[in-house]
Amino acid sequence: MTLINSLRTQPDDRGHFGQFGGRYVAETLMPLVLDLETEYRKAKADPAFHAEFDDLLEHYVGRPSPLYFAPRLTEELGGAQIWFKRDELNHTGAHKINNCIGQILLAIRMGKTRIIAETGAGQHGVATATVCARFGLPCIVYMGATDVARQAPNVFRMKLLGAEVVPVTSGAATLKDAMNEALRDWVANVDDTFYIIGTAAGPHPYPELVRDFQSVIGKEARAQMLSRVGRLPDVLVASIGGGSNSIGLFHPFLDDPSVKMLGVEAAGHGLDKEHAASLAGGRPGILHGNKTYLLQDEDGQITEGHSISAGLDYPGIGPEHSWLKEIGRVDYTSVTDTEALEGFQLLCRTEGIIPALEPAHAIAAVRKLAPTMDKDQIILVNLCGRGDKDIFSVAEHLRVSL
Amino acid sequence: MSRFASAFQSGRSALVCFVTGGDPTPDATPAILDALVEGGADVVELGMPFTDPMADGPAIQRANLRSLAAGTKTADIFAIATGFRARHPNVPLVLMGYANPMTIRGADWFAAECTTAGVDGVICVDIPPEEDPELGPALRAEGISLIRLATPTTDAARLPAVLDGSSGFLYYVSVAGITGLQQAAQASIEDAVARLKAATDIPVAVGFGVRTPEQAAEIAKVADGVVVGSAIIDIVAAEGANAPTKVRDFVRSLRTAMDHAREKTA
Ligand SMILES: Cc1ncc(COP(=O)(O)O)c(C=O)c1O
Repeated sequence: MTLINSLRTQPDDRGHFGQFGGRYVAETLMPLVLDLETEYRKAKADPAFHAEFDDLLEHYVGRPSPLYFAPRLTEELGGAQIWFKRDELNHTGAHKINNCIGQILLAIRMGKTRIIAETGAGQHGVATATVCARFGLPCIVYMGATDVARQAPNVFRMKLLGAEVVPVTSGAATLKDAMNEALRDWVANVDDTFYIIGTAAGPHPYPELVRDFQSVIGKEARAQMLSRVGRLPDVLVASIGGGSNSIGLFHPFLDDPSVKMLGVEAAGHGLDKEHAASLAGGRPGILHGNKTYLLQDEDGQITEGHSISAGLDYPGIGPEHSWLKEIGRVDYTSVTDTEALEGFQLLCRTEGIIPALEPAHAIAAVRKLAPTMDKDQIILVNLCGRGDKDIFSVAEHLRVSL
Repeated sequence: MSRFASAFQSGRSALVCFVTGGDPTPDATPAILDALVEGGADVVELGMPFTDPMADGPAIQRANLRSLAAGTKTADIFAIATGFRARHPNVPLVLMGYANPMTIRGADWFAAECTTAGVDGVICVDIPPEEDPELGPALRAEGISLIRLATPTTDAARLPAVLDGSSGFLYYVSVAGITGLQQAAQASIEDAVARLKAATDIPVAVGFGVRTPEQAAEIAKVADGVVVGSAIIDIVAAEGANAPTKVRDFVRSLRTAMDHAREKTA
């Protein structure tokens, strides 16, 4: 059945989500993204591809991830019931692996023999290094030098998994610069290399295919909710860096009008200071292959994002979110570094779960939202990563020396 | 005759020289552009600095960052262009850069500014034919040439789309890669130029990785134009206040070598 008014049929055949998205790449890369699109269309229609994807998600990643009711957090906040989609329990500790499994299967289908990736927090780098080890392909991960320093455990993990980690020193030496460098690598290695992008951004078809692979989160959660409580949640909440864990949770619910959605951007030191909230503080522009909301100055120079979380300090956002904001289907808010740290500690204390700093932003938003809702309402939060990688930087912020 | 038509005369290969506007400062750029013309550049490409020059190698990346660190604004680039046009009424001027600074105030605004400043053509690295509506129609409406890039990955099936709507000249990027690093084999350049020239009447200029008079001379034997960028940027980076003199001498060495190469084959 095709729904005429469905919000789930984007993008159009040119890769546009309304005015957003598209394929703004150098001519050298254009034939490659067209090839990828052709191959992805075939894979999407191939039951064998889906079977292999599903099998790996079940037996290698550990899906489905649990749906968990958080009683003590709910009680403490004194409002809506809070449920978590436990993607932090995935192999490698975050949602990033869902996407990497899908993309490495595509790479193999296309006969590519070398994998490159960019990473911010290092979670996507670890997930990419993991699938490369699993399939025996060489892996080069570009990572901003600043992030190499603040995410040392993940750098070591990638190396253990056999990846080469290339520190990038241009710009602020964070995620955006790592993405530039990965694109430069791709342009120079067009024949054998597959670029595994880590979020739902970049040139078409990446925003679509990353979303499709991550939609396993929302599909499972929707079915689990219906079987556990017999109804859909009232609000979905997820943190936003480039937007992959959030679109993965939201997309399967977009045509359920009763379900509200809240995306949480990183307000860093505050929206009037340094932050990484592209929707709240940016304007539409063109970067990294797509048109989307970007942090930029009046001349279109990109400004650096800041967040306590290395996975959120990207000055852009996936184009589907820009579109969902413009049509008003999803609400977006932001929380500061300080609020995220409080959210982090709150979850540790009330539920015995150490979250990554990225979903800690979602928890901080829930802390404000839940008390305003009724006790019979349900908030479903994407707990998209665990906090092992962050304990060193959290300790530093709490002025504890380890 | 348009400025491009007089720059690309038959029997001669045009020398196209690129520098980043505002590198090292907006005030320093006019003298460097004059040095390009004095040395014998037939077409001048003025780079618009961008924070994220994804298709550029280390030399041009650093030039972009130096320019931005010096406070270069889009208004400075248009002021540099306006001054250049007043001093050099007949030399074609091309703005080269990335989509976001070009489109942020609207493509119509950008195209109108190009007209006012006397810019002849625009190269936008990250707007392929598929996204032409973003910039192409506005430029064409103002009579500004949209100069497209063809690359080793542009196959025969794709070439017509690249040529459709492009004018001025076709820029053949001779290597799949970023600016300033390796050079393509002469044989592959010759094949590619022959293939492109069979498909279009507009001149074909070859660039990426051309660093020496010898390389420029070889390419000049087969192509309508030779583009040199990073090698000039390296001089700007190294020479500070002496840059104009050194740039002029280097450009002259390129031009002289290209002229001799053509004489020998003629
Ligand atoms: C655990 C976790 N959550 C969220 C993000 C942000 O990315 P996205 O918005 O694509 O989910 C990251 C990125 O590294 C991450 O590691």
